[in-house]
Amino acid sequence: MSVININKKTKSTQSLGVGTYTFLIVAVILSVFPLFWMVIAATNKSVDVISGTLIPGSNLATNYKNLIGSTNLWQAMWNSFKYAGIMTVLSLLVCSIAGYGFEIYHDKHKDRLFSFLLLAMMIPFAAVMIPLYQMVSEYGLLNSTAGFVLPTISTPFLIMLFRQNSRSFPHEIIDAARIDGLSEIGIFIRIYIPTQKAVFAAAVTVVFMNGWNNYLWPKIIMQSNDSISMPMLIAGLQSGYVTDYGVLMLSVLFCILPMLIIFFAMQRYFTQGITGSIK
Amino acid sequence: MYSLRSWRNNKLSHKKQKQMQIKSKLTVENKLSITGWFFILPATLLIFAMSFYPMFKALYMSFRTGIGVNMEWAGLYNFTRMLKDKIFMQSVRNNFFYLIIQVPIMLVLAITLASILNNPKLKYKGLFRILLFLPCATPLVAYSVIFRSLFAIDGYFNTILLNFGILSKAYNFLGHPTSAKIVIIIALIWRWTGYNIVFYLAGLQNIDPSIYEAVKLEGASKFQTFFSITAPLLKPMILLTSIMSINGTLQLFDESVNLTAGGPANASITMSHYIYNLSFKYVPNFGYAAALSYVILLLVAFLALIQMKVVDVRD
Repeated sequence: MSVININKKTKSTQSLGVGTYTFLIVAVILSVFPLFWMVIAATNKSVDVISGTLIPGSNLATNYKNLIGSTNLWQAMWNSFKYAGIMTVLSLLVCSIAGYGFEIYHDKHKDRLFSFLLLAMMIPFAAVMIPLYQMVSEYGLLNSTAGFVLPTISTPFLIMLFRQNSRSFPHEIIDAARIDGLSEIGIFIRIYIPTQKAVFAAAVTVVFMNGWNNYLWPKIIMQSNDSISMPMLIAGLQSGYVTDYGVLMLSVLFCILPMLIIFFAMQRYFTQGITGSIK
Repeated sequence: MYSLRSWRNNKLSHKKQKQMQIKSKLTVENKLSITGWFFILPATLLIFAMSFYPMFKALYMSFRTGIGVNMEWAGLYNFTRMLKDKIFMQSVRNNFFYLIIQVPIMLVLAITLASILNNPKLKYKGLFRILLFLPCATPLVAYSVIFRSLFAIDGYFNTILLNFGILSKAYNFLGHPTSAKIVIIIALIWRWTGYNIVFYLAGLQNIDPSIYEAVKLEGASKFQTFFSITAPLLKPMILLTSIMSINGTLQLFDESVNLTAGGPANASITMSHYIYNLSFKYVPNFGYAAALSYVILLLVAFLALIQMKVVDVRD
């Protein structure tokens, strides 16, 4: 209904009407409010949070002290960085070279294989998690970074992203480099990678965020207290009987902050990474 | 004598050279093709080992039953068992409830906001854009915890509703089956609308503005323009986003675990959450859990197929 109202108004004034701006501003407030409330709550005492305050409080230091007193915050932060970081590096390495290979050296067989690999995109994680769990525990990789990254290093989405972007890479450059005596892998490393910084930045953003946000997989394989990730830490905090909202929201803030920094710093690449290979 | 031999040699070597050229050209191409195979090998092996192989192993397991490692062949037992499993049936209904209500609302909202953001006359476009994209930078567990706290019995919304006198007694949003599910839907819309806006904006930017000028000259209303120009041109994007949303909604896990804990009494539990409980929380029954996971797999594949067929017919 609101669509129709807005459109009528914009038509009558020929520029964007008050209705459109009101709609947009309401949408923005709704989209920002939960995060705003979380930041405010992180600085307040739990009782003040419950009483509905929206003003920054002075309890941040106490909340922090309680948080590191009751959880292994920095261990979990470090774990999350380690898991997501190593996953990003490996994933980009494996998928960029595959995407490049599928496009530059493409022939009938490789194209067929690629279409087949795309099917893996439709496999729900629930359908593979039990066998994956058995594999990881069989090889003694529970509680390890290797166990965390293995299932998601190679993803059809990322291969597709690099494949699509290799399409516009000029073949003359490759031929010229071959005449100059550069090896095929040399062409990939010295010529292709430096020209594809935007794609790599987009991929880094998406992969790191996915690694950081992953909850189900680490919940299954990270069974020791020292190996838990940030999402597991906040999930564990809230399951207690009495919730200290100040402390809980501070832990949420710690979990969100790296994502927000990446989001603001890499905004352009972030949207590129999401839409990825469609175009 | 000498000259004849050298002439012959010359001719011979010429022939040989030509042959060698052809041969070397072939080997160069072969070499490149083999190099290509080496480039794609690690990624391909990983996908086979980490997606296809476990998928078939899960299928095999779904015909077996038992506790822990003591598994035996069970035929179709797991599949008949699930039909009588009330919690599982509840979880299937829940997933479809989330799907049918949340996905259309979110996609309409995303298209509307994207076309507003795409309007060249809009001021502060960049700011609006960042603020609307902000939720999709939030980790799933983090926003689940935030929404749980906002809707808790002593949470922000209850406090506000009490202060304004709308409620006389705090309402336990997460303690009632319907309201718990609605809270999950609200949270999902909050988290994913911005994400879909990104896709629609990308789609809208590919539409040539001169089409709009032409339609405007013919006196079409904005409403008509939207349905006769924008929506058909966005169709590939609409298809893509709905497949992604259906896929995501059928696999919901983090929200069910952290927002409502599946409660009250499994009223809001999702399929993935129940499968997790069966495998890792209760006494593990991997065979039965694997059979249930194949329901999700088939649903995802089936709905994606229908989706593509429906769109094809309309063309």
